[in-house]
Amino acid sequence: MRIFNTQNVIVLGLIGFGGFLGFWTLLSVSGLIPSLFLPSPASVIERFVFLLSHRFAGGTLIDHLWASMLRFGGGFGLAVLIGVPLGLLMGWFRLLDDIVTPLFDAVRFIAPIAWVPFAALWFGTGIGGPIMIIFAGAFPPCLINAYRGAKFADPRLIEAAQMLGTPDRRMITEILLPSAVPSIIAGLRISAGLGWQSLVGAELIVASTGIGYMMVQGQGNVSTTTVMAGMIGIGFIGMVIDIALRRVEEAILRRRGLSV
Amino acid sequence: MGAIRFDNVGRIYGTKQDGFEALKGVNLDIADREFMAVVGPSGCGKTTCLRFVAGFDQPTSGIVSVDGVQVTKPGPDRAVVFQQFALMPWKTVCENIELGLRNKGVPKAERIKKVNDILALMSLTSYADAFPHQLSGGMQQRVSIARAYVLDPEVLLMDEPFGALDAQTRVVMQEELVRLARRNPRTVMFITHAVEEAVYLADRVAIMARQPGRVKEIIDIRSVREAERWDDHEKIEDVMDLESFVHLRTQIWRSLRQEKAMEIA
Repeated sequence: MRIFNTQNVIVLGLIGFGGFLGFWTLLSVSGLIPSLFLPSPASVIERFVFLLSHRFAGGTLIDHLWASMLRFGGGFGLAVLIGVPLGLLMGWFRLLDDIVTPLFDAVRFIAPIAWVPFAALWFGTGIGGPIMIIFAGAFPPCLINAYRGAKFADPRLIEAAQMLGTPDRRMITEILLPSAVPSIIAGLRISAGLGWQSLVGAELIVASTGIGYMMVQGQGNVSTTTVMAGMIGIGFIGMVIDIALRRVEEAILRRRGLSV
Repeated sequence: MGAIRFDNVGRIYGTKQDGFEALKGVNLDIADREFMAVVGPSGCGKTTCLRFVAGFDQPTSGIVSVDGVQVTKPGPDRAVVFQQFALMPWKTVCENIELGLRNKGVPKAERIKKVNDILALMSLTSYADAFPHQLSGGMQQRVSIARAYVLDPEVLLMDEPFGALDAQTRVVMQEELVRLARRNPRTVMFITHAVEEAVYLADRVAIMARQPGRVKEIIDIRSVREAERWDDHEKIEDVMDLESFVHLRTQIWRSLRQEKAMEIA
């Protein structure tokens, strides 16, 4: 008997969600906690649906999520475009590795949120600032995983490529990059998660649109249901991003004959 | 062209004082277009010797040269066939074979012709667009040999190329390699554990000993092969049945066994 087939996994997942919602409902209807402190699931969902079509803090929930996703796309895209090539180069050129790694190892421990004051100063609170903060969150996993993927590429394949006279540039694009793809995709998933989290954090402080901004406005109006509706939106989009990246990962591994 | 020379080659791992001496005073000359098989017990450093010629590794003393030029780095003039094939899993058969030609800057039309020729020669034409993982081990090794041969290298380095194959596939590949080597002779350095394989394929067999690794004896096969007309026999088992073959095989076995006996004593 196989317990962990796809269907059962979905059922088990739903049990988790259902149990959580049940516990939440129980807590809120018991009256032990005031509804302002813990709004009931029903009121949150009601608010969520309401916000889908009604403007709050300058836009509907969809507008805010869309604004956030654009920013996310900018910051995440920039992190991938810079982090992955740099990581691969560091994995191949020892000199670059020795120069960049110590600096990077220090900088990466600075939480993305710590960049907020400078992000606002340098790039403003509209598009640039939040993008920089997302970038700060999303960049390290892109770089680290591309670097590791290149560094731990099968040495036999590298030797094979060397004996075939492969020049440096092609070595990176045709040998190291494909070798590193599984590691890079895993990095992108972490990177997307961190970037998306940093974004909301950034919008809580800077920006005048976006899901984080909407939540801050909700807080200002003592509308805890709005804050929670925002949280649902964040979780949902985050899940969608992760599922999309996992699909890419599976497709690539299948193409290489590696089971998932 | 493609004469390989080992001139008093040594390799020490660790420090000079208390390092492990893997190879000591290796002297070996492989003539242009000669097929040299190298046999020896595990740990005698035969693969290390091949890696010197490939340019993957450097000796700590002595010189390894090809046509009088010291080897310092890998290059397509010294193509390698690896035991584990080492094909790029993300490239098709065709793309794997083509890579070396692209690196050389061969124009596209010529590349396509060369790749198609070698695919036909190695009976791989119908697998041109397959990925390595879709092929059997024997097929993958054929691709790996094609990838090396298509470069028309001066030197072909084969590191136990049939070691990972089953017995039947192995025999087919050995026969094919003989066919290929007769058609287009190259300088070959062929590492193997299998004495019969060495005798069947090689012009000469170098027997290595270990602790420290060195060339102990070189057995001439070619003169016997020519005198006894081995090449008149098409099948490997017919050659292996010949008295002259058995005699050479036994001679090499004895030499290897002496090694073992000395180790135990």
